[in-house]
Amino acid sequence: MLERHASRAARRAREFEAFVAGAAGRLLNAATLLTAESPDDNPRARRLLTLSLAHTYACWDRLHGEDPYDRTRRQLATRFARGAWHQHGALGRARPHPASPLAPLTPQERLILVVRLHEGVAEEQTAALLGLSPERVRAICHRATSALLHRSRGPAPAVTATKAMP
Amino acid sequence: MSGNDREATVRRLLEQPARPVPPEIHAEAVRRGGRMLRRRTLARRLMWLLLFAAAVAFTVWALTARPWVEPPSDTTPPLTGW
Repeated sequence: MLERHASRAARRAREFEAFVAGAAGRLLNAATLLTAESPDDNPRARRLLTLSLAHTYACWDRLHGEDPYDRTRRQLATRFARGAWHQHGALGRARPHPASPLAPLTPQERLILVVRLHEGVAEEQTAALLGLSPERVRAICHRATSALLHRSRGPAPAVTATKAMP
Repeated sequence: MSGNDREATVRRLLEQPARPVPPEIHAEAVRRGGRMLRRRTLARRLMWLLLFAAAVAFTVWALTARPWVEPPSDTTPPLTGW
């Protein structure tokens, strides 16, 4: 019994380490986009990712073939949705950093844009994940895209330069 | 600009060069996840213990009180003297 427990723990540690080595970079990028922090100084994104990964680690033995990346991503999104609501009033903590490409958007617009376009989750699944209707997800995504494109065509020359690249 | 075009442009905006992930994220996640697992195990054990204790207590009470035996009637007066 003890031996089986120990071998399972060792296997979990090994598999989890491989998973983190492969997936953490992309997830950290997504989390940094969500919190709209500068890519070099992102304590909130790191905390968000750490807590989501801890949840995945705790569920590791009960995944039953489910994709751990998807699990972590869902956890990240729901955690951010809850946390953004709590930090609504805390101006100093939640203020977006100007270096982030999603700085002009609201937290909900960032969340939907990141899940839809950065992670490539389908519209219906995004809607189910966030508890919204698919039409609403499409409308918010459209609005956020328009806001971003409008801004990148207008006053920000740096973004237009990257846009011009093939 | 069509919808696909717009989406592709925004996707390009969102793409960022991969940065090295700080190693403390893995260590901290394992620490917190392990703590969650231990707490869950503890809670599960406590629940089973409680269930077992409740079952034992019920059995002992049932054997001592014998609620299925019809209690002796004490409302009807004894029929005497006729």
